Amino acid sequence: MFSLGLIGLLVRRDLILVLMSLEVMLNAAGLAFVVAGSRWQQADGQIVFLFVLTMAAAEVSVGLALVLQLYHQFKTLDADALSEMRG
Amino acid sequence: MTLLWLIVLLPLTSALVLAVLGAHFSRKVVAGLGVGSIGVSSLIAMLAAIEFVDAPPTGHAYTQLLWTWISVAGFQPHIGFYLDALSLVMIFVITFVGFWIHLYSAGFMMHDEGYSRFFAYMNLFVASMLTLVLADNLLVLYVGWEGVGLCSYLLIGFWYRDPANGLAARKAFIVTRVGDTAMLLGLFLLFTSFGTLQIQDLMHRATEQWAVGSTIAVTAALLLLGGAVGKSAQLPLQVWLPDAMAGPTPTSALIHAATMVTAGVYLVARTHALFELAPAAQFAVAVTGAATLLLAGCSALTQHDIKRVLAYSTVSQIGYMFLALGVGAWPAAIFHFLTHAFFKALLFLGAGVIIEALRDEHSIFRMGGLRTELPVAFWTFLIAGCSLAGLPFITAGFYSKDLIIWGAWAAAQGHPAFWIAGMLGALLTSFYTFRLIFRVFFGPIQTPVSKRPGYAMTVPLVVLAFFATVGGSVKEPLIKFLHSTLPPMIETEAAGMTETLSEVVAALLFLSGLYFAYLIHLQRRELADGVLRNPAARAIHAWWFADWGFDWLYDKVFVQPVLWVAQVNKNDFIDAIYTGIARLTEAMYRSLRLTQTGLVRWYAASIAVGSVVFLAMVVFP
Repeated sequence: MFSLGLIGLLVRRDLILVLMSLEVMLNAAGLAFVVAGSRWQQADGQIVFLFVLTMAAAEVSVGLALVLQLYHQFKTLDADALSEMRG
Repeated sequence: MTLLWLIVLLPLTSALVLAVLGAHFSRKVVAGLGVGSIGVSSLIAMLAAIEFVDAPPTGHAYTQLLWTWISVAGFQPHIGFYLDALSLVMIFVITFVGFWIHLYSAGFMMHDEGYSRFFAYMNLFVASMLTLVLADNLLVLYVGWEGVGLCSYLLIGFWYRDPANGLAARKAFIVTRVGDTAMLLGLFLLFTSFGTLQIQDLMHRATEQWAVGSTIAVTAALLLLGGAVGKSAQLPLQVWLPDAMAGPTPTSALIHAATMVTAGVYLVARTHALFELAPAAQFAVAVTGAATLLLAGCSALTQHDIKRVLAYSTVSQIGYMFLALGVGAWPAAIFHFLTHAFFKALLFLGAGVIIEALRDEHSIFRMGGLRTELPVAFWTFLIAGCSLAGLPFITAGFYSKDLIIWGAWAAAQGHPAFWIAGMLGALLTSFYTFRLIFRVFFGPIQTPVSKRPGYAMTVPLVVLAFFATVGGSVKEPLIKFLHSTLPPMIETEAAGMTETLSEVVAALLFLSGLYFAYLIHLQRRELADGVLRNPAARAIHAWWFADWGFDWLYDKVFVQPVLWVAQVNKNDFIDAIYTGIARLTEAMYRSLRLTQTGLVRWYAASIAVGSVVFLAMVVFP
């Protein structure tokens, strides 16, 4: 599932889908924590998942705000077109 | 005398104020500040002199310590002033003559755009010179020493739009720098030997610890002499002074009469104890003086530019002062400094009037007949010229110069050869002075007068003319006064010569110089052309005109090699290392910037691949 998210992140050029792939990767990491917690009978895994969830929510709000701004500025959501900062 | 610090502070403050705010002031305010500050400090100097003569302080010296400048590892130079008979005479001349020159400049520079800048430099010049002569230790003296060097640079290059003036300024600065370096080495040597730079302490300790004629004493004295030779434009560093004529005329008057060139004379007189320990160095002083006065006198004979004639005459007269110092006639040198300050300032100020009246005409062969056109300038110039040439009995220059010439034979270190040099110099002086006067003021008018001087310019001329004549009457009291500081001249038995006979010979030489000048330059001017038709005479003329080829020699020996090395090493080989490092960094930057594509997915892929590689390194070591 993590690899799925990574591949999505790398191959899609639409920023919305890139963000979604990012969410998939975060969820994959969270799932790994929960699974690890149940394997070793520890509550820590679930606690960390809660943190991941909170962080994901915050990240999405920031990410979406950025996407909105980018669209506002450049009228496109193509990640490759937004290469203003090349050296 | 407690106001001593004000004498230095007033011109200094005025210089700072004028330098910072001068552009906002009207010309009247600038002139008021510039001239007034010197005037007030001249008054204070006179009050101090009266007090000093009235009630001499203990030991005939007054020290005023202001504050400790530096305090590091036992080395504690003070900012302090030391007033004794010698420095008193110096500050009197500097402020008094300086004041009249400033007053004259207020009129002379009236229409110059750099009015406030000029007065700022002039005031700073006077302040530096006062620091130099009042300093109680050699470090403060050195500050003043460099200060006058800086100000002379600024003033010679005052009209900076003409590159030739900038060149002359740089030449003056660099040539005097050569002497300054020698002097600095001398200071180091004295400091390492005695651990102090207080002049009086140094002199006492040197007299106690160094044997007469010991190598170290001779070395120290010669190094100080190097500095003095540079500042006072003596052989072999005299080349800067004639070129220094590029500056405004009042500057020349100030440099030649009151400040700068007399610094060397002052330094040698101030450290006379050291020179007495080093007879070889003292002999070198006398030889330098004698040689310089003859060489410069010959050069003065051939110059066309009125200011250059006067410049060479200054070099020659300072040569007289050095001769006096060298033979041990210390007070005579200071007496000649006093009279020279009056008449030389007057000559330059008179020359300034003439040059301005003739629309910047400098060549004496295109002047003439100015006797009736500029009467004030004529009479004052004539008085100053007579004083310079030594017209017997009524001029100041006669008394001071004859004292030196007499001392050249009769003093302890004197020698008949020095006497002959002095006498030849007197003949030359009389000849070139009257050549100047006859060419400029007599004969037919060649360039019409277009501007007459105002009162600001004529009053200083008249006042200085007065002092150029009566200055000689202070001979006896002045010399007695100086004996509290400088050792008296020890007269020895001069075989077949008395002071009166010496004076008679000098008077005869004065008259013959006058007669030659009259014959060649007034009555039968075709004679001068006749002399020049002779090829040998023309060669000598050209040689003397070019200052005995010193400029040519220095150009070949020093300037050209330095320029050649600069040319060869234009791409400095040490620089190559640093440029190499810079090039390498630049190349790395260029290759690294290729990875900054701006494609966010490319970065993400790099991060992913990097993480995988690192994880692999951790998991499979």
